[in-house]
Amino acid sequence: MNAVRRLLLQGAGALAAGLLTPLAALAATWNKEAFGAKTPADALKGIGASAATPSNDVIIEAPEIAENGAVVPIEITSQVPGTKSIAVVIDKNPFPLVAKFDFMEGALPYVKVNVKMGETSDVRAVAEANGKHYSATKNIKVTIGGCGG
Amino acid sequence: MPGPMKMRATNQGGVTEIRVLMAHPMETGQRKVNGKPVPAHFIQNLTVKLNGKTVVEGQTSQAVSRNPVFTFRVKGGAKGDKVEVSWLDNEGETNKTEATVA
Repeated sequence: MNAVRRLLLQGAGALAAGLLTPLAALAATWNKEAFGAKTPADALKGIGASAATPSNDVIIEAPEIAENGAVVPIEITSQVPGTKSIAVVIDKNPFPLVAKFDFMEGALPYVKVNVKMGETSDVRAVAEANGKHYSATKNIKVTIGGCGG
Repeated sequence: MPGPMKMRATNQGGVTEIRVLMAHPMETGQRKVNGKPVPAHFIQNLTVKLNGKTVVEGQTSQAVSRNPVFTFRVKGGAKGDKVEVSWLDNEGETNKTEATVA
């Protein structure tokens, strides 16, 4: 009896492990450390961009004043040759790192996304190219915050 | 609750533009209802594929607006190509949608 039970349990365990692996593999690509950072410096460190160089080739298009902090449209283009990824950091948000996009197979280093802003803040776009980071900063004024209830 | 997605992909001047909407609450975990915090519930990963090849992989936080809309651009692609976008949130929920480049 015991041997059969053990075998069944082992089988169930192996099956569960097999089923859960793909999900875990997907989830593992979320940079928990960087997204959990509470300061812009830690967020940048988390994505390896502490030494980002300010660059005019990274372009942020966004409103100067956002009336509604819950939906602030931000458009980012990188003209740095060989840009592989773009990250968005909002300095004064509770968790400054908003998103990071990796581009491959002909995808252009461009993204448009709506973000939440708790208050008026600098917004940074950080592009990664050839192992180096390049950043642009734009201050966006928020009249009604988008993080509270 | 997360809901359906909408997507439009168009090719103009050799560039395919993909615009995708995901119905999702994107709860920050900071909001309170009747004094009780609403747990964080947000999309963490998204993948854009053109003809089965991954072109964009995104990681997102709770600071992306509710019912997120993203626009991406891919050099190349042609009318009739298949675009697929999928997402995965912090509770393990997932969804995907497909469209044909117009």
